[in-house]
Amino acid sequence: MEENNINIHVQNADGSLTTLEAPVDMGLSLMEFLKACEYDILATCGGMALCATCCVDVLEGEDKLNEMSDDEYAMLDTLPDVLPNSRLACQLQLNPAMEGLTVKLHGGLD
Amino acid sequence: MISTDIAIIGAGPVGLFAIFEAGLLKMRCHLIDYLPQVGGQLSEIYPKKPIYDIPGYPTVLAQELIDNLMEQGKPFHPGFTLGERIEGLEKRGEGDFVLTTNMGTIIESKVVVIAGGLGCFEPRKPAVAGLEQFENGRGVNYMILDPEQYRGQKMVIAGGGDSALDWTIFLADIVEELTLVHRSESFRGAPDSVNKVMALAESGRINLILNSNLNSVSGSGKLENVEIIHNKSLEVTNVAADHLIPLFGLSPKLGPIEQWNLNINKSAIEVNTDDYSTNIPGIYAIGDINTYTNKLKLILCGFHEAALMSHSAYQYMNPGVKYTMKYTTVNGVSEF
Repeated sequence: MEENNINIHVQNADGSLTTLEAPVDMGLSLMEFLKACEYDILATCGGMALCATCCVDVLEGEDKLNEMSDDEYAMLDTLPDVLPNSRLACQLQLNPAMEGLTVKLHGGLD
Repeated sequence: MISTDIAIIGAGPVGLFAIFEAGLLKMRCHLIDYLPQVGGQLSEIYPKKPIYDIPGYPTVLAQELIDNLMEQGKPFHPGFTLGERIEGLEKRGEGDFVLTTNMGTIIESKVVVIAGGLGCFEPRKPAVAGLEQFENGRGVNYMILDPEQYRGQKMVIAGGGDSALDWTIFLADIVEELTLVHRSESFRGAPDSVNKVMALAESGRINLILNSNLNSVSGSGKLENVEIIHNKSLEVTNVAADHLIPLFGLSPKLGPIEQWNLNINKSAIEVNTDDYSTNIPGIYAIGDINTYTNKLKLILCGFHEAALMSHSAYQYMNPGVKYTMKYTTVNGVSEF
């Protein structure tokens, strides 16, 4: 693996895991990275915590993530069916501490 | 009726810059926006945030950019219809387009430019089977316009954000019976509102159902019953209700634009990058609302799209007329 890359695991619909190598030195958010990997994320608002279409459920590594901003907090709070471990991928900037993060696309929030 | 050369749907930065580019080619613009002021997201959501990627401006505040764009477009006397949303778009045979707003304003134009950004913010609807059949006055609403209409009625509010809390507190004194359903154990809204809601529940003034979601709705002709399911025990509770108000925030939607037979891909309008025209001759889409290979949702890309669109729109409006591009450094900006 390249020096500035980390492994991100994405749980597929059938429960299996896909491991992706993500760069941490390009200023990408998890949303931008997943979109670049052709995951079906609308990201209508372009990363401003306004649409929640990039919502993911964090299965492992929640403690490695940056704290929620007020905007993300408020958005998650209003949604109909998110889980306690749900986050907005657009608010998660990829960084070395996120090595091994495991997520699942939340889906259904368009 | 308003008559113009170019009707621009959306008065965000890209729509505003289109006034200038069209003006250089002596085409007049009329802009329509659902928000009560110009500027789109920049004025509505982040007016005080600095933007760093506008060419020539190391940093500029969002509202400052909008003010400058308004100033830049001034010589071309644009028209504005604000606080209204375009609902209908029709083409009159081979001729002009006719646009109609939700307030009944009619705008006639030769060219239509959709610069709608994210679209319009609409209430987010929960995935509950059969909800639609009780919309439009049959019991289910996604926003509260006139609280008085609920006086003496039985109602269910679903949601845990600030608006769900605030409306619960407000309506508790008006309605006969109020049930608040929230998916989680606790509320994270403003502490003062949370305390008030808890106090209303303790005194029995409202019925508070936590850790639960809406499961189904039923009734004959109009809403009569809301079924609520506990998300751990899966136990079901039935609540008699005349009204159900799901309050799950707003989400950006294309809205009526989706019904205009444009090619849509993942909530964005497909365009030809030669001139940002859509599949319908005379209709263009610029800025965040369009999509093409390697699209970047950047204001500066929208500006570029506005320039190419304007030249194409000129050709569309003046077929066969030869036009040579002139630099503003040579010709200046002549008002008309």
